[in-house]
Amino acid sequence: MNAQRLLEFADDELILGWRNSEWTGIAPMLEEDVAFSSIAQNEIGHARALYELAARELGTTADELAFDRSPDEYRCSKLVQVRLVPDWARTIARHVVYERADQARLEALRGSDDAELAGLAAKIDREEAYHRMHAQMWAERLADEPRFSEALAELEPLVDARDEHLPELGELWEEMTMVRRSLAGATW
Amino acid sequence: MGPAGASRPGRVIYEVFRQERRGQAFAHAGSVEAPNLAFADDYAREQFGRRGESVALWVVPRESVHTIEDFVDELHKNYHRVDGYPLKDKLAKARERAETA
Repeated sequence: MNAQRLLEFADDELILGWRNSEWTGIAPMLEEDVAFSSIAQNEIGHARALYELAARELGTTADELAFDRSPDEYRCSKLVQVRLVPDWARTIARHVVYERADQARLEALRGSDDAELAGLAAKIDREEAYHRMHAQMWAERLADEPRFSEALAELEPLVDARDEHLPELGELWEEMTMVRRSLAGATW
Repeated sequence: MGPAGASRPGRVIYEVFRQERRGQAFAHAGSVEAPNLAFADDYAREQFGRRGESVALWVVPRESVHTIEDFVDELHKNYHRVDGYPLKDKLAKARERAETA
């Protein structure tokens, strides 16, 4: 698999992880706060593993790939860029749309000729199985909620939109890289 | 476990028990509020199972738990009680006797 496709995947997971973590402390219920924050952490963990693979191909490091590119170099889908706080119905709709697309992507990667990548995809998939269960139970719960079905229709077309970015990705990038940019050359 | 608290409409409180190692007794871990058992399982897993602190969980609707808190002893039969009874030493001595017998 070429590094560019790895970066698409890693960037999706990193940006979605950040977006989901924006709910930490303010999710509708305490239990959901814990669950959703844990999903966010998992996504960022997946991003790190994928960046490490890509970094070896590109002769760089995971941190540099995650934080030292300019916002327009990111390859993430528009779906993960949208800032959805404080709209829980749309957040869950994105979660559902993302997990479906992610499942298909992971299935393809698990069959990859690259044994290391196939192994990583299988590992990620074992955690994603719980994200899917979580997304599925919310989808069932909100099935009759018009705001939810409207959000699904709005967000589904964004899955494969990677060529141009939303302005809010730039804002997220500022926030995400602020500490790293605060002291050039520092290692943390 | 406290008395049954009120949950919000459409939501149920589930008590969660966790087992730390196979074969050990389950101990109360805490409670989660959830709209149904699927959510309760997920929330219990996230709160009491994701750091390797449990090998199994029991998730039980609080309504299914019977609370017993009346322990009548009108005649103060203190010979039923074991406070101040140094069982440990007595057991050790009994074991010694059993071995030397």
